[in-house]
Amino acid sequence: MSQEQSFTLDGQPVSFEDGQSIMVAARAAGIYIPHLCFNPEFKAHGSCRVCLTKVNGRIQASCATPAAAGQTVESETEELRDIRCGILQMMFVEGNHICPACEKSGACQLQAVAYYVGMLEPHYPHFYPRRTVDASHPDAVIDFNRCILCELCVRASRDVDGKNVFAVHGRGIHAHLVINTPSGRLGATTFSITDKAAQVCPTGTILIKHRGYESPIGRRLYDRQPVDVAGDVAQVPESQGGRRHD
Amino acid sequence: MTKPRLKLATCSLAGCFGCHMSILDLDERLIELFEHVTLDRSPLTDIKILGPCDIGIIEGGVANAENVHVLMEFRARCKVLVAMGACAINGGVPALRNQFDLKECLEESYLHGIALVDAQIPNDPEIPLLLDRVRPLHEVVKVDYFLPGCPPSADAIWTFINELLAGQPVALPYQQLHYD
Repeated sequence: MSQEQSFTLDGQPVSFEDGQSIMVAARAAGIYIPHLCFNPEFKAHGSCRVCLTKVNGRIQASCATPAAAGQTVESETEELRDIRCGILQMMFVEGNHICPACEKSGACQLQAVAYYVGMLEPHYPHFYPRRTVDASHPDAVIDFNRCILCELCVRASRDVDGKNVFAVHGRGIHAHLVINTPSGRLGATTFSITDKAAQVCPTGTILIKHRGYESPIGRRLYDRQPVDVAGDVAQVPESQGGRRHD
Repeated sequence: MTKPRLKLATCSLAGCFGCHMSILDLDERLIELFEHVTLDRSPLTDIKILGPCDIGIIEGGVANAENVHVLMEFRARCKVLVAMGACAINGGVPALRNQFDLKECLEESYLHGIALVDAQIPNDPEIPLLLDRVRPLHEVVKVDYFLPGCPPSADAIWTFINELLAGQPVALPYQQLHYD
């Protein structure tokens, strides 16, 4: 098993170790594949579909596809860019993503990935769903309008914090994020802004209070560099405009 | 030998005129722009009647009956229609009212607001009727081009106009592509 194995990604050889996904191997090789629900600290979720790549001619989520020797993987093609753009457009119209009115704007990974694929417009009719904002917690706000159901907060709270604060309720178009308390309010939980769950949201759903608009426009995380250079907001330390606790 | 100038019209529907301020931010580049285009109906000319145009640029979303009328007129008379700014593209900040029934919005503003005297919901026939929801342009008419930003920067507008006039595909450099 010590023999080096590799696949090709857009024609470039990428080596991998047994058990690694295409996404993990590509990251180790310094190659960016757009993603939202993937976070290297957690098991792959495969739900956002933004990391779709063409593996031996078949389109598959690179975070959930094991790397195998000799695979031919395509990522930066016009076809995949269009598919990723379509997926992002559906995410934008399914929720209420009013970037000018969002504190996370500029450090939002949903926005940054949409910039990366060059999304200029939402294309589809908007759902304008009626969702709530929960400001019952003294230190955090949860704005359900912006949730893309990546379940990173669910996973972080359950697997790292051991608190199980969040859950997804319902199926299909009715799936939505809920708080695991009888009242359904964040203020009734043991959630803390030092929790891992407070650091992983790729959108402006989970916000820390009293800290809005700290970085001026032009100096925010993704103002300075695109997401393929700056990295995931959850991986960048707070001191550098990300959400990871230093 | 000078090429005939293209006719450009602009207007603001349910917007804040921030996008038009950004057009003015083109500064000296406006002089170069007007070597290529001549303005028809626009807040910058105060021409009220829209003639046949090559390019129509619209700021703001569709929030009332007059917005629908103006938008359809622009679509009918402009060869190329451009949605400029967040409100034209996804409803923007005015679309925050889509979280509430129109009745709730009117009552909050005109019946339960602060310091109201003789509170009543305005009902003058000259006031355009509000739509139940604020809509982006592409949900009402076909839109040919989208220029995001709140507002798009003058640099982004300049890139866009140059690409459009040159007949090139529209692609903004990273620093000019913003949804806010």
